[in-house]
Amino acid sequence: MKLHEVFAHAKAENRAALIGYMPAGFPTKERSQQLIAAMIDGGVDIVEVGFPYSDPVMDGPVIQQAAEIALRNNTSARDVFDVVASSTVPTLVMSYWNPIERYGAAKFADDLSQVSGVGVITPDLTVEESENWINATDGQGIGRVYVVAPSSSDARLASVAAACSGFVYAASLMGVTGARTSISSAASELVARVRRVTDLPIAVGLGVSNAEQAAEVARFADGVIVGSAFIKLVQESATFDEAITAVRSLAQRLAAGVRRS
Amino acid sequence: MERSSIIGHFGPYGGRFVPEALIAALEELDAAHQAAAIDENFQNELAHLHRTYTGRPSIITEAPRFGAHAGGARILLKREDLNHTGSHKINNVLGQALLTKRMGKKRIIAETGAGQHGVASATAAALLGLECVVYMGEEDTKRQSLNVARMKLLGATVVPVTTGSRTLKDAINEAMRDWVTNVETTHYLLGTVAGPHPFPTMVRDFHRIIGVESRAQVLELTGRLPDAVLACVGGGSNAIGIFHPFIDDENVRLIGLEAGGAGVETGRHAATISGGTPGVLHGTRSYVLQDENGQTVESHSISAGLDYPGVGPEHAFLHDIGRAEYRAITDDQAMHAFALLSKTEGIIPAIETAHALAGALQVGNELGKEAILLINLSGRGDKDVQTAAHYFGIPL
Ligand SMILES: Cc1ncc(COP(=O)(O)O)c(C=O)c1O
Repeated sequence: MKLHEVFAHAKAENRAALIGYMPAGFPTKERSQQLIAAMIDGGVDIVEVGFPYSDPVMDGPVIQQAAEIALRNNTSARDVFDVVASSTVPTLVMSYWNPIERYGAAKFADDLSQVSGVGVITPDLTVEESENWINATDGQGIGRVYVVAPSSSDARLASVAAACSGFVYAASLMGVTGARTSISSAASELVARVRRVTDLPIAVGLGVSNAEQAAEVARFADGVIVGSAFIKLVQESATFDEAITAVRSLAQRLAAGVRRS
Repeated sequence: MERSSIIGHFGPYGGRFVPEALIAALEELDAAHQAAAIDENFQNELAHLHRTYTGRPSIITEAPRFGAHAGGARILLKREDLNHTGSHKINNVLGQALLTKRMGKKRIIAETGAGQHGVASATAAALLGLECVVYMGEEDTKRQSLNVARMKLLGATVVPVTTGSRTLKDAINEAMRDWVTNVETTHYLLGTVAGPHPFPTMVRDFHRIIGVESRAQVLELTGRLPDAVLACVGGGSNAIGIFHPFIDDENVRLIGLEAGGAGVETGRHAATISGGTPGVLHGTRSYVLQDENGQTVESHSISAGLDYPGVGPEHAFLHDIGRAEYRAITDDQAMHAFALLSKTEGIIPAIETAHALAGALQVGNELGKEAILLINLSGRGDKDVQTAAHYFGIPL
């Protein structure tokens, strides 16, 4: 399935799509593949595979710690592609810009499409610096997902959304990744502003960690993105089997959440 | 000189690689900086502070006994160490702190390596009544414990950063995370000419005063321009400040001295231009110490203020077009120059600055006694007494 088909399918069911994030190589490459399989098993519609980076300025402590472990395992672009290849639902990569630039933007888009990757979320790439990336992705059918924030001006939202393909990632709040106890009102306001400038699906991320929040976000967004909450479960589990069970179970609850409205 | 026409770029370098959440603040800052640059009131206010608080203009000191070890070259030291708080950092800090007030923000955050930028930021915050939080790698809080105490005395909160290499790079990551979260009330007072546009341009503009003053001072003292201008390069702010007004003086060599650590060939260094490759770090494209996967590599230097795996984008550009040269100075070479200046001239330099002095010893010996070398004495060494005592085996 393509990205737009997943969103259309979810919409036909009158619900939001559930998007789960897991860094490649955390806690090992094989285990990140197993964790992703468990998320899918639990009902995740779309997977985001994180490309671990040494200087993740958009990430809170949970994802930072996971990235450090993945980097100690020497996780490379090749490993990221292998993890994408093992996923059985439409899968994107989330990567800071430097690892992509270092790999070669065109080669990255090429190699990602070889493993049926559907897009890349680039949290620190601005549209002004995107010429290479736009050229690299246009021919490959690789979705370009940029992140917009509550502080973005209307003009800025329009230009960023125009550069997006696949969906637009709306940050629910001003801040870094990590579970929060409540969804800020900024999220629904931002989604409403983005709707005015694009017909693309809009997915909301940052801070969503439980079924109640997923249900709340699903009322106004087309996709609900959950990352830190999954990773935290893995970090807190005594054994890997326990982690797999916990991740699957959270995915099930979130999947029920995005269907409740 | 031909530079890129795209605002905020230096040839292929510079730009903005940041979360979208920060774009509005960067645009606001850019507008405030541009407005201030042509606003007489702002310029007068800053000049007044520099005269009555910083202690500008800083003097030039001739260093003949040191020069005897530098091929007999005439050595002129631009004494930024005599500024209030002990280094060049205050030039930029006062400028940005005034801009913070203009933007109506009440809180500043800063990263610091050696602690000099943190101390300068805490000082400006105290002077102007701003809240100040300084992020500092845990490793550096140990190396520079005196400066940690100074910041606390000045009323700042110092947050030790325990992620990654626990040095300057990680302090910047943590400051960026704070900024993304609190950008509405907070200004990120970045301490060097790196980071996303407008920082490399704005911070340079606040430090140009070093070059503007010293160019006139050298002309008055010697009747001609120097043969070379030398400065140490961490992020590159003291270097670009003294280089910039000389860029169009084609016969003046501009020489940046990077931290060679244990030697560039060992991989344990912080010589980003000499030993790095083009990439993106902390919001800007420049040279970066990175591995084949684009992961930042940890830097190493005896000097906390130079211990950074990135460098300002304008230096990357000046290097590529051949207008400036960059050399690596090892820890041992720097410490030799540190001791030499102390003993021959009675000036204890910062260990950062000692890298520039070691460069002067090399370049003086290459050019001989007819040469005039202008060196940016970017900071004083009080903060480094512990490190130096340890290095030289002086019991404390
Ligand atoms: C005295 C002194 N010189 C130089 C530096 C390096 O910074 P930059 O390269 O931005 O001048 C520092 C940084 O802490 C410093 O304290």
